[in-house]
Amino acid sequence: MAISKRVVLHFPPRLVEQPIIYRLVKDHNLVLNILKASVTPKEEGLLVLELSGDRNDYDKGIRYLTDVGVRIQSLGQNIVRNEARCTQCGACVVVCPTGALAIDPKTRMVNFYEDKCTACELCVLPCPPRAMEVHF
Amino acid sequence: MAKTIAEINEKISKGQAVVVTAVEIIDLVEKKGVARAAQEVDVVTTGTFGPMCSSGAYFNVGHSRPRIKIGGGKAYLNDVPAYTGFAAVDIFLGAAAIPDDDPRNRVHPGPFNYGGGHVIEELVAGRDVRLVVSAYGTDCYPRKKLETWINLKDLNEAVLFNIRNAYQNYNVAVNLSGKTIYTYMGVLKPNQGNANYSSAGQLSPLLNDPYYKTIGIGTRIFLGGGIGYVAWQGTQHNPDVLRTDSGVPRRGAGTLAVIGDLKQMSPRWLVGTSMLGYGCTLTVGIGVPIPILSEEILRYTAVKDEEIFAPIVDYGEAYPQRSPEILGEVSYGDLRSGMILLQGKEVPTASLSSYPGAVEIANMLKEWIIKGEFLLTEPVAPLPGVEAGITFKPLQERPIEEGD
Repeated sequence: MAISKRVVLHFPPRLVEQPIIYRLVKDHNLVLNILKASVTPKEEGLLVLELSGDRNDYDKGIRYLTDVGVRIQSLGQNIVRNEARCTQCGACVVVCPTGALAIDPKTRMVNFYEDKCTACELCVLPCPPRAMEVHF
Repeated sequence: MAKTIAEINEKISKGQAVVVTAVEIIDLVEKKGVARAAQEVDVVTTGTFGPMCSSGAYFNVGHSRPRIKIGGGKAYLNDVPAYTGFAAVDIFLGAAAIPDDDPRNRVHPGPFNYGGGHVIEELVAGRDVRLVVSAYGTDCYPRKKLETWINLKDLNEAVLFNIRNAYQNYNVAVNLSGKTIYTYMGVLKPNQGNANYSSAGQLSPLLNDPYYKTIGIGTRIFLGGGIGYVAWQGTQHNPDVLRTDSGVPRRGAGTLAVIGDLKQMSPRWLVGTSMLGYGCTLTVGIGVPIPILSEEILRYTAVKDEEIFAPIVDYGEAYPQRSPEILGEVSYGDLRSGMILLQGKEVPTASLSSYPGAVEIANMLKEWIIKGEFLLTEPVAPLPGVEAGITFKPLQERPIEEGD
């Protein structure tokens, strides 16, 4: 069964200089798309990936990452809508490339579907009340 | 029929007034017809909740010991400059004001994270705000420096005074140029990648009273979560525009200047706002009650999004160059569908004005009236109408020659 998931990987400083992603792709037959990367020598590294492949390969890949010491988060947690600041205007819906922000045609409320969010952050600055927050 | 405001107020006081929102009236008229609905309904409530840049507030901060003459000096609230050209301790803060050290658009598009609108929101939320003043010193006001925390509750007066709000209709903004632009109508993607609009449409106060037959100077309103009043027509009030057969303006037309005590307002309805690459502003909640004095007035309140048309304007070239051409007209019904057809291309739409917010305001105002907490007012004077002969003038520049 094929699977595609977006994950956030935190690399402790000791792993930053190792070819972890190379092993992940080569040994586990996974396809990856890098959505965001921040790697500085001797500091914690951050990688946001879309990982696709066979379910078994995916699970083995994730186990490999966990075993070597990479901390894994699923992505939805990383863009958070501050509900108290959101005015429900809808300026974000034309900026969001994945449809994670969309208007409910009936209530005209702006829905945030975290499972569709790729944490691209395109919504963050165009949001007039700045309700979309990046949490890592 | 032919009720008066006094009669409606009597019913409100007795808890007998029939109040519906500008959305609910649409169905009611479709079911019962205009005549019956006009007989049954006493008040229709409207609402709008969107960024409104010509907003601001004035404060009397009280006299320090020794005294300081802020007037003619410099005053900052959380680093945002306030206007000081008044008597000793009166200052005015505009929603669009930004700190002197804000990088603005030096790296374009600037984020404009914090400005006057945000200060107003923080004050209304009850948070302490830093007041920093430098003055020149006089015999009666010797002090030259002042740095202190202030809080809304300690100020003598704190009054929201917005010189242009609640625009009766507005442009739909698109961008025909080849690069993304950052405007007061939001981020506009190239090659008409999106179309942004900003009106509460069928809920908008002045679109429900298109000829200003009930809304006038002195009208009591919902303002920022509290009670306010229409102070005057807003700046750029321009009633004599193209209208539909039923009288609804097809262009930006009337506007309101509104005033109210900031101390009884709420940060839920006064939200500091940042327009990427453009500047700071304040998202303001306004609701206006419309007394149903006649069938004609009721008919106006039954207007729906499908019957309100807005001009589509290119903000890539036409708007900045002030050329008058528009790309066409589109109804709010179509805009709210999420997609419009423009020059053969499907263009996704987005609203800057909050429709759910407008609905909530109209419902809150309805509740206040039903509970007898909010009485209607007779306008002291009407707003200038179509017959007033107002023209919206551009600036005629006259070069200043040397020796003039």
